[in-house]
Order: sequence, then C-alpha cells, then structure tokens
Amino acid sequence: MSPTNAYIIIGISALFIIGIKLLASPKTARLGNLVAAGGMLVALLTLHKPTGDYVWSQNWSINYTLIAIGLVIGLIIGATGAYSVKMTSMPQMVALFNGVGGGAAALVASLEFTKPDRHITTFLAVSMLFATLIGSLSFSGSIIAFLKLEGKFEKPYTFPGQNIVNGLVLLVILGLCGWLAFHASAHHASTAFIVLFSLALCFGVAMVMPIGGADMPVVISLLNSFTGLAVAADGFAINNLAMVVAGTLVGSSGTLLTLLMCKAMNRPVSNVLFGAFGSSGGSGAAGAGDLAGKTVKPIQADEAALLLVYAQQVVIVPGYGMAVAQAQHQVQELSEELAERGVEVRFAIHPVAGRMPGHMNVLLAEANVPYDQLCEMEAINPTMDRVDVCLVIGANDVVNPAAREDKGSPIYGMPIIEADHAKSVIVMKRSMASGFAGIENHLFYKDNTRMLFGDAKASLNALVAQVKAS
Amino acid sequence: MDPNIIFIFILAIFVGIEVISKVPSMLHTPLMSGTNAIHGIILFGGILVLADAATLQEQALGFIAVVFGSANVFGGFMVTDRMLQMFKKAKK
Repeated sequence: MSPTNAYIIIGISALFIIGIKLLASPKTARLGNLVAAGGMLVALLTLHKPTGDYVWSQNWSINYTLIAIGLVIGLIIGATGAYSVKMTSMPQMVALFNGVGGGAAALVASLEFTKPDRHITTFLAVSMLFATLIGSLSFSGSIIAFLKLEGKFEKPYTFPGQNIVNGLVLLVILGLCGWLAFHASAHHASTAFIVLFSLALCFGVAMVMPIGGADMPVVISLLNSFTGLAVAADGFAINNLAMVVAGTLVGSSGTLLTLLMCKAMNRPVSNVLFGAFGSSGGSGAAGAGDLAGKTVKPIQADEAALLLVYAQQVVIVPGYGMAVAQAQHQVQELSEELAERGVEVRFAIHPVAGRMPGHMNVLLAEANVPYDQLCEMEAINPTMDRVDVCLVIGANDVVNPAAREDKGSPIYGMPIIEADHAKSVIVMKRSMASGFAGIENHLFYKDNTRMLFGDAKASLNALVAQVKAS
Repeated sequence: MDPNIIFIFILAIFVGIEVISKVPSMLHTPLMSGTNAIHGIILFGGILVLADAATLQEQALGFIAVVFGSANVFGGFMVTDRMLQMFKKAKK
C-alpha cells in the first residue's frame, strides 16, 4: 500500500468513527450520519484494487458498465425503500437493508473462494468461509425477521428437539468449513462450498423462526453486527483495509447495542435466541386465574377529557398500538391542547416501546413532539406518585405490574413504567387482547384504572374534541 | 498475512465499543440504522470482484453483489437521515 493510500484510509476510518460518535447524541445525530456518508463517498472515489491500481482509471469494459448499472439499480431500490416506507414499518426496512448487505458479503466471499487457479492461504480461506457463512446467515435471517415484522408467521415456530437439530446443522456447517479451510483447491471443494452456502442460508431461517416477533429488534441488531463482521472478513480476504475497519466498527458496536437492548428488557441474549419467548400460554393462563372475578371499568371520552383537563400533571405512555393506529399526530394535538390549559404534559418512553428501542421517539418526532418532552423510564418513574393522570395509549407489557409483582410471569424482572403509581390511569385500547408477551395485564384491573376502548385514533379525536369544548 | 491488519482489526473492535457506550436508548434505532449503512461498504467488495470478473457466472453474481451493496449503502444512509431529520427541539 502506498503512503497516499494509507492516509486516505486513515481519513475514511476517522470519518466513520466520528460519524458513529456524533450519531450517539440527539443534537448531532443527523450530522453524524452525513459525516459517515461522506466517508463512504470518499472511499468510493478513491477505491483501489488490492494490486494498488486505481479502480476508476482502468480500461472501460463491460464489467464497468455492469458496475454502473448495478449502482444505479441499487440506488433506486434503496431510495424508493427509504423514502416510501412508513415510519411504523421502518424496522422492517432496516432488516431488509441489512439482509442485502449480508447477501453481498456472502457473494463477494464466494466469488473470491471459487476463483480457479489460485492458491489461497489457510488464513484467507478462513476469512472467506467466515464471510460466506455469516453473510448468508444474515441474509436469510434478516428476510425472516422482515416477514415476521410484517406480521407473517409472527408466532415463534418450534418443534421438539429444535435446538438439537439446529446444533447438528451447525456442526455440519463447521465441519465443512474446517475441511474447506485446508482443502480450498481440492477436487470436490466447489461442491462442498455450495452445500455450505445452502446450509448457512437454511441455518439463518432456522435460527430466526423460533423467535417471537417481539424480539425481532434484538435479532436485527445482532444480524446487523453479524453483517459487519462478515464485511470485515471480506476485507481480510480481498485485502481492503477500509472494509476491515468499517466492518469491525459495525460488528463491535452492533454487539454492544444488542446487549444494551437485551439489558433494557432485562433478559440475557441467550434467552432471546433460544428461549422461544411467548410461545407458551401457560403462565399467562395462571396469571389470569388470580384475576378471576375482577372486572375492568370502562370510561367514555367525555369523562376522560374532564379528568385530563382538571389534572395538573399528565404523563402519556405511548406504545406500539398508537403507532399501528397512526395516532401520533392526534397524541401531539391532545398534548398541545392540554398544555394550553395549563396542564403539564410529559411522555414516558419505555426503552423498548414500539418495535425497536428508540422507535417510539422517531414516531413522536415525526408528529412534531419536541424531544425534550420525551422522558426516559428511569427519569419518570420516581415522579410517578405525583402524576394525576397517566394516559396509556396502545402500550401493554411495558406498563404491566406483573413484571414487578408476579414471579411466575414471563416478563418478571423487566423494568416497567410504573403507570399504576399515578393517581388515576386511563388505558386506551382496542380490545382486551393481550400484548406481545401474551399475558394478562394486572394494571387493567386496578381500582384506579379506567379503560377507554376503541381505535386509538378515533378515541383520541373524540378526546381532543371534548377537551376543546371544555 | 500482514500482522498490521490484525492489529487494526483489534483496535477497531475497541473503538466500536467505546464510541457507543454512552448512547441514550432513544437513539438506538437510528444508530442501528446508521451502522447498518456503514457496513454497506461491502459495495466496494462487489465492485472489486465485478471489475475483475472473467466468466458469465462471476459477472452475474458480482452484479447481484453490487446491486445488494448499493441498496444497502444508499438506502441505509437515506432512511437514517429521514429518521433523524425528525428530531427537533421545542419551538421557542
């Protein structure tokens, strides 16, 4: 590598690192994304072959025409996806973009591995095999995650001995990798390689299928870091330092992010991956038993509006139900109307509200709720006793006191927003159906809780009208 | 094998962990999306293999890799920007 190239790569790496750093604070996040994109542009314009030749000064051939066409098609697909997707469906979009990245990583490694008449060292072979394995696993896994978030086979898919079967498949995969690493140019290498590729794709499906839709954010975050590692391995394989640095940054920060998300749900990552959470209704039914004989108390919009208008402090707990009903603009309108009447309104955001950590913040930001009105769970819980009305909109598991009180509950130990500590609670909900964890919510049966049934958007419109009239 | 590349790899692991260790949970989604765009650098791997492709099979697979990588990089940065442009402070 020439000194100039080395300086360029140092510059690109610095732009990526600064970009990620800026992304970690709300004020500078957008700039951070642009800085990282700038790093990518510099890397594209200064791309060199492993031999040291500048890519864009080579003789133009059919391959370059294909590169140009491929770039434009990818740009169109990416831009269409990015700008047409509804903000509620954004996690799916991230899953798809991650999946294609993993697919590309697997393809690049495969092409390098199967190149004829080339001696590959064991180190390079291992890098390529790793990239193929992890990349294709990330590809098929992300597609299953996408489908699950779209509502297709959302329930965990399990059968007895599943972990054993998956383990055996993994053993076969690792065995093939081990053999191929030392016999890269053997007679049957390409056949073995194709088997490996197919098995890795199947393993990605098998790995994600048993995981419930509620845990998809963790899965996507994990697959995101997988793709990063696959890209880094590709960087080793084709001797491209920028890819090594960028891929490793994503791999390690993605792993930490995955652990942070699991921590927010108070579950170890192994439990997410192998626990098939939410598949059994057992403890849910047990929880329902304690509630026998108790009934919920409904409330109408006019009465709910009165409670809100005469409150001093209101806390709104938005959940995925609000997002599905596309009601974030109505929520914002309600909070403005209340603020005009002297009510102090805050939003309590659970770390895993919505479908991804931070997803709810994005949705509320889209509706122009200023981000300094959004409070994190740790900040709002100590003040919950002084809150007059807690308005729960389409949230369920994240306000379930069972997480604190019921040791048998599958969500026991998960930190929750302590809505039940408020003087009164209004829960807006479409029906009595249970949340993603599939368990009864004790909050709904408390004495100070009233239920406002109906579509969140329609109920909120009625509430806003009543507040305006009062 | 160049030992320097391993050295850089190890350092990058620690930098990746360090830069996001204090991120508020409200930014987890944009951060995941932003890092997702950064691994779109695999696009360059696709470009490099396609540039040297010799057979029809290599061209076809390389082409798919470029399309995938390009969708990853452009889509990733655009969707992140779209998310982040919504984070605004209260109007004074």
